[in-house]
Amino acid sequence: MSADITSPPQRAPRPDWVWHLGVVAFVVVWWLVYQQLIPASEWITALFPIARHSHTGEAVAFFFYDTPKVMMLLTLIVFAMGVVRSFFSPEKTRALLSGRREGVGNIFSAGLGIVTPFCSCSAVPLFIGFVSAGVPLGVTFSFLIAAPMVNEVALVLLVGLVGWQVAAIYLIFGLSIAIVAGFIIGKLHLEGWLQDWVRDIHSGANTAAVMEEYHLSMTDRYRLGIEAVREIFSKVWVWIILGIGMGALIHGYVPQDLMVRIMGAGAWWSVPAAVLMGVPMYTNAAGVIPIVEALLGKGAALGTVLAFMMSVIALSLPEMIILRQVLTLRLIAVFVGVVASGILAVGFLFNVIF
Amino acid sequence: MKSIKVYGPGCKRCETAEAMVKDTAANLGVEVEVEKVTDPKAIAMAGVMSTPGIAIDGKLVHAGGLPDAAKLAGWLSA
Repeated sequence: MSADITSPPQRAPRPDWVWHLGVVAFVVVWWLVYQQLIPASEWITALFPIARHSHTGEAVAFFFYDTPKVMMLLTLIVFAMGVVRSFFSPEKTRALLSGRREGVGNIFSAGLGIVTPFCSCSAVPLFIGFVSAGVPLGVTFSFLIAAPMVNEVALVLLVGLVGWQVAAIYLIFGLSIAIVAGFIIGKLHLEGWLQDWVRDIHSGANTAAVMEEYHLSMTDRYRLGIEAVREIFSKVWVWIILGIGMGALIHGYVPQDLMVRIMGAGAWWSVPAAVLMGVPMYTNAAGVIPIVEALLGKGAALGTVLAFMMSVIALSLPEMIILRQVLTLRLIAVFVGVVASGILAVGFLFNVIF
Repeated sequence: MKSIKVYGPGCKRCETAEAMVKDTAANLGVEVEVEKVTDPKAIAMAGVMSTPGIAIDGKLVHAGGLPDAAKLAGWLSA
């Protein structure tokens, strides 16, 4: 049976080099199309019977420029990350992390959180898989915080829509929050606050089944990349359109001085307010970044906007409800408290510096 | 008769994986009994960390994402 796992019957596949060529050709065409987005959006906007420099004109132009831009950036990056992720798996990551000391383990864990395939719908099995294999609780949390927060979709959209400096800041501080929050949770020794049944698995002799690794060719990896693109578009396109629509409204209609008053650096309460607002909002990076772009463009303070973005992505109500199956409410409260404090700190820090 | 378990908390991909298993088995003419496992505790106990996971006759063959169609056929006809 194991022989069939390593060499399943297959129709004669295209050789890898055909795929390599195909990918290169795709990237070239992508680049050429990408260069034409501004003229194309102006051309479409000109078809509408509206003045180009009116509020409506600004909003429409923003929408028709940003929608294809976001979609194209997503396609390329999600594909690339799908291929990269095929080299990682939760099983490999667990093996790398199990028994690792806290501190170094937290740093490792947050980094692996970026490249390991993860979906919040499997947060519970992953959590148990980690903890039962001897990955320390705090190290597990570093992973769980970093995995959704520091993701390629967020980073690339930030680079493309806002600028690489903001993306770099987001990457560094997102990782820092994951590392420090996990470290603190580890130091608090809250293993007793897991749900009882999780502790039983933890202390019991249950060693997780080891699945046989099967070999993936580059063709398989490209296919996984394409699958990742298909999946993200079937799942998130609504949010992207909504996000860009919101961004366009802000861009076209919200007056500059209003945004500076509400979300400018002078309003200290804007950072906690942004974090609070972010929790019940459940969208992903793709949906929130057009809003971020529009807010920054209207003079909202960088720290406030980053806090809002991190809160929306990292502290989501649905994920907490899922985690409730393994964590007691007290532990979830600590988790939220520690992460929210980290986000607040980042927000205030940036509003003071910039 | 193969006993197949599809592990998944109920996300879209898990349903797709279950349908894939059933369709592939039907195409191959392999008799299968498919059980969908949604309890997170049972999923974790089976050693599945990323869903959907697929076990055939008690042996975990796949975890995380949709299985490759050709590989799935290979496992089912083994």
